[in-house]
Amino acid sequence: MGNKIIELNNISKDYNVRVLDRISLFVKENEFLTLLGPSGCGKTTTLRIIGGFEYPTEGEILFEGKNINHVPPHKRQINTVFQKYALFPHLNVFENIAFGLRIKKIKEQAIKENVKSMLKLVGLSGFENRNIESLSGGQQQRIAIARALVNKPKVLLLDEPLGALDLKLRKEMQIELKNMQREVGITFVYVTHDQEEALTMSDTVAVMHNGEIQQIGSPVDIYNEPENAFVADFIGESNIIEGIMHDDYIVSFLSKTFKCVDYGFSRNESVHVVLRPEDIVIVEEEAGHLNGIVTSSIFKGVHYEMLIQTEDFEMMVQSTYKSEVGKRVGLSFGPEDIHIMSKEG
Amino acid sequence: MGNKQKYLTYPYIVWMFIFILLPVALVFLYSITEKESNTIKTISFTLENYRLFFDPLYIGVILRSLYLALISTLFCLILGYPVAYFISKASPSYRNTILMLFILPMWMNMLLRTYAWMTILGNNGLINTFISWMGLPKLNLLYNNAAIIIGMVYNFLPFMVLPIYTSLSKMDKRIIEASYDLGADSKTTFRKVILPLSMPGVISGIIMVFMPAVSSFVIPRLLGGNKQAYIGTLIEKLFLVTGNWNFGSAIAIIMMLIILVSMSVMNKFDIDKEGSANLW
Repeated sequence: MGNKIIELNNISKDYNVRVLDRISLFVKENEFLTLLGPSGCGKTTTLRIIGGFEYPTEGEILFEGKNINHVPPHKRQINTVFQKYALFPHLNVFENIAFGLRIKKIKEQAIKENVKSMLKLVGLSGFENRNIESLSGGQQQRIAIARALVNKPKVLLLDEPLGALDLKLRKEMQIELKNMQREVGITFVYVTHDQEEALTMSDTVAVMHNGEIQQIGSPVDIYNEPENAFVADFIGESNIIEGIMHDDYIVSFLSKTFKCVDYGFSRNESVHVVLRPEDIVIVEEEAGHLNGIVTSSIFKGVHYEMLIQTEDFEMMVQSTYKSEVGKRVGLSFGPEDIHIMSKEG
Repeated sequence: MGNKQKYLTYPYIVWMFIFILLPVALVFLYSITEKESNTIKTISFTLENYRLFFDPLYIGVILRSLYLALISTLFCLILGYPVAYFISKASPSYRNTILMLFILPMWMNMLLRTYAWMTILGNNGLINTFISWMGLPKLNLLYNNAAIIIGMVYNFLPFMVLPIYTSLSKMDKRIIEASYDLGADSKTTFRKVILPLSMPGVISGIIMVFMPAVSSFVIPRLLGGNKQAYIGTLIEKLFLVTGNWNFGSAIAIIMMLIILVSMSVMNKFDIDKEGSANLW
């Protein structure tokens, strides 16, 4: 991956309230960056600022090193795939895709060739004369991507593009989008609230909450080393427990002391402890670190998701083996399964 | 449930019959009977009333009315579209106030509003008083086609603004953003996206203005004087002055057909079948 193509420096956005608070991030050439967060976290506003549909209240946005704070959208080498696609209902598939090319006054023959190759890329060859309303959601989605990509933008912005599709189609499109991105070699900035989608597709994930970036990193880092309780909770299921870090490698929670692999905290610092449900193993009573009683057990397809009530915490555990509700069990986990997070985030 | 709901439509059907179908049927009956036989016992049918209409005199009347209605509709469109566009662009807090101000005059009686124009345009009216105060000769502003057009545009403008405003304000903002995103500046976006997408509203507006404009008799009578006949004033005169209901009915039916034909032509352009389609 190459140079920084987009850089946000301390971007804030106020409407009546502050929706973005000093966001800083950069996107490198050919990177697939995902802005991930619950609705209302400011991810779409961030995308709209990059696209030029909103201007930041404070801070600066750089495109290839140049400030583009007040450059209108039609002068940016950036294209967008909108939520619910926003295709032109009065134009057919061909004219929708050709829209940007016609504005650039490209020769008719070149337009035809470009549209044709784009339709081939998105797997909808022969759809040129179809009416937009006659297309399914997945097809409209592909046309929206083709309409943006045909302009050969340096950056493609995607605002929850798969949100309206059903689960199976969504999974297919995730893989296809990722392949398309590799094929055309364009930088993607992707917005979603679906953590699985973010982890599957991205090179880099920026987790957002309340208008702030909580953590930026590779999917693996974000999942394995969440920086705070919000990230841990939002990325996958987590058990988040109050704890005290007695010393390097020694933490106590739920009235017991455990060995762990974390260090560098102040002595007796109050911390959040994260235990991933899939890292906990159910063993015989008294054979593990903690004892509890199974209060619920739900079949999730690949695994069972169980809630186990210990003395003062309800622990979520995922296992391919089922434990009956009401059974008394023990819970076991190793030092490397214990993730410690500072409370300041 | 379904059966009971069906009964709810009965009052509507009765209403339609009494107030819409029956009057039209009666007008049609009058138009194909002779004047002297206007009782059930001596009724006799004729097409004379229709034949009478195809006289250059009456053809002239209808052409004049159509011409005035077309010009008025055109002016309404030229004035109304920008107004609707700016209202839809206004911030939501002002939008309703502006819209309200626009509709407010419609709450007054149309006759009154037309009389108001007589006092503005008249020989001793507002404009001429001002002109003569400036020391210039008075102008003949009233009792001509221009005065009729002013009156019609003034009275019917809201009917043009409202449907256009509706189609503009319910337009998906993201489609407009998509156009900017694809490199179109605001002028191109208007031409290639906003204008085509607002066409259903434009067509409704044209229909809503053209229909009353072509048949109006109050405005031509008051602002046009009695110099020339228009289709509306002609029908009014045949019914109320001459007492020839049969010929009047024939003209009314012919006018209905003309409007019907022009509407169906307009509807051909209305691709989305929005708004105006509901009227028919």
